[in-house]
Amino acid sequence: MTNFTGNEKPISPAAPVMRPARGVGIAGYGAYVPRYRLPGKEISRVWTEGNTPPTVAEKSVPGLDEDVITMAVEAARNALDRAGTDPSGIGAVWVGSESHPYAVKPSSSVVAEAIGASPNLLAADWEFACKAGSEAMQAAVGMVGSGMIRYALAIGMDTAQGRPGDALEYTAGAGGGAFLIGPAEDALAVIEASYSYATDTPDFWRRDHAQYPSHAQRFTGEPAYFKHVTRAARTLLAGTGASPADFRYAVFHQPNPKFPQRAAELLGFTREQIQAGLLAPQIGNTYAGSALIGLTAVLDQAAPGDRILVVSFGSGAGSDAFQLTVTEKLLERRPRAPRTADYISRRKEIDYGVYARYRGKLKM
Amino acid sequence: MDIARHWRLRRQRYALVGEQCGHCREYIFPPRDICPHCGEEAGPVHAMCGRGEVYSFTVVHEPPTGYETQAPYAVALVKLAEGPLVTAQLTDVDAADIKIGMPVEMVTRRLRTDGAEGVIQYGYKFRPHLAVS
Ligand SMILES: [Zn+2]
Repeated sequence: MTNFTGNEKPISPAAPVMRPARGVGIAGYGAYVPRYRLPGKEISRVWTEGNTPPTVAEKSVPGLDEDVITMAVEAARNALDRAGTDPSGIGAVWVGSESHPYAVKPSSSVVAEAIGASPNLLAADWEFACKAGSEAMQAAVGMVGSGMIRYALAIGMDTAQGRPGDALEYTAGAGGGAFLIGPAEDALAVIEASYSYATDTPDFWRRDHAQYPSHAQRFTGEPAYFKHVTRAARTLLAGTGASPADFRYAVFHQPNPKFPQRAAELLGFTREQIQAGLLAPQIGNTYAGSALIGLTAVLDQAAPGDRILVVSFGSGAGSDAFQLTVTEKLLERRPRAPRTADYISRRKEIDYGVYARYRGKLKM
Repeated sequence: MDIARHWRLRRQRYALVGEQCGHCREYIFPPRDICPHCGEEAGPVHAMCGRGEVYSFTVVHEPPTGYETQAPYAVALVKLAEGPLVTAQLTDVDAADIKIGMPVEMVTRRLRTDGAEGVIQYGYKFRPHLAVS
């Protein structure tokens, strides 16, 4: 990490930043975090006699009756409440996750039915490790921006699992966000430009039928997370002509608290700019939900005119980057649904035994 | 598990979709052919707002088949804001904290699963009102 600057290759002037044919933005947003919290020190107690300093203070844990579908439904309802849109006018419901309850049978069709959006729509599940949700956002911008549909709902949600005792168990949390993407004239934040960057990088994976993911240890840092996040951010900024100082807020994917802080540093963003969207210390890494729920927390306190940078990261590997500007509509829509902080402050601490039961780690 | 029955009822189970009687204006849940209030034909469709209060409740320690993994859990009669009484599980709450008259709101959760390989049934439950700032 020490020698890496993210500046190794110059970005060509014709950088392929994406802009829709018609203006597009976020018409409504919503978050969800389950109620239960497992402190990092509890994992350390069970596996290392308390000798491993926890990466995060605590992580969120879903209840026995929760999964990506139920959590996506609640976040989606919050997004619709804020937008005030008739759900039957939504042309796409897309759920990005790496913990869909079914291997075959879409989460999205259940979510669409539950929110009253069925049946005139595209419904699909997206996969790309932790950037499955932001990938759905990119596609939503495309379909809304082309005029094919008026609204698309893009959701990033996960109930991440870490192998017991593994480093990832300390951070693997649950939660996410939902964004109703619509025309710019109905947006609480306009998506001015976006960019996606992807390469074949084997930093983290889970094989079919495997319960827990595997990772390439230190390989997850420089060639994976930092390279993709910084390249995506720098290419987007080069394309829009913006500099870090033009942004009030920035959100980077948060596999732990340190990576996004380091990414901000490499790109020239301050601690203050990333503070509002940095939720990993309180809920852990929500995988496909991570960058998206960070953005919900930023929108919970942003003001009209504020500019926001969002950069996701998905192992395997890729990043999606978005440049947004908040509009006046945010002020009237924000109070129509619970804020992300309301979910985070609703917390019941559990011990490792209850966690093992809730997460299906006990063989009966 | 009756997949076909659950599928037919999915709108009422996922989102508390009932009816508002076109004759006497009373709200009806679950949906019926005949309005229980005035005896006329029921309908049209109306989605309940999801808010209500605990009318009475009990805690289940010996669960029926399909619900074993969730016990102990509370089952309540919830009086919806629109009037109808609904039987449903309470969730995201400790049994000791449940009180008659407690305000609750509808959430869509996993109701039961048909083993590790079977279909997952989703439907309404109620939780204490989320405290908002
Ligand atoms: Zn009637």
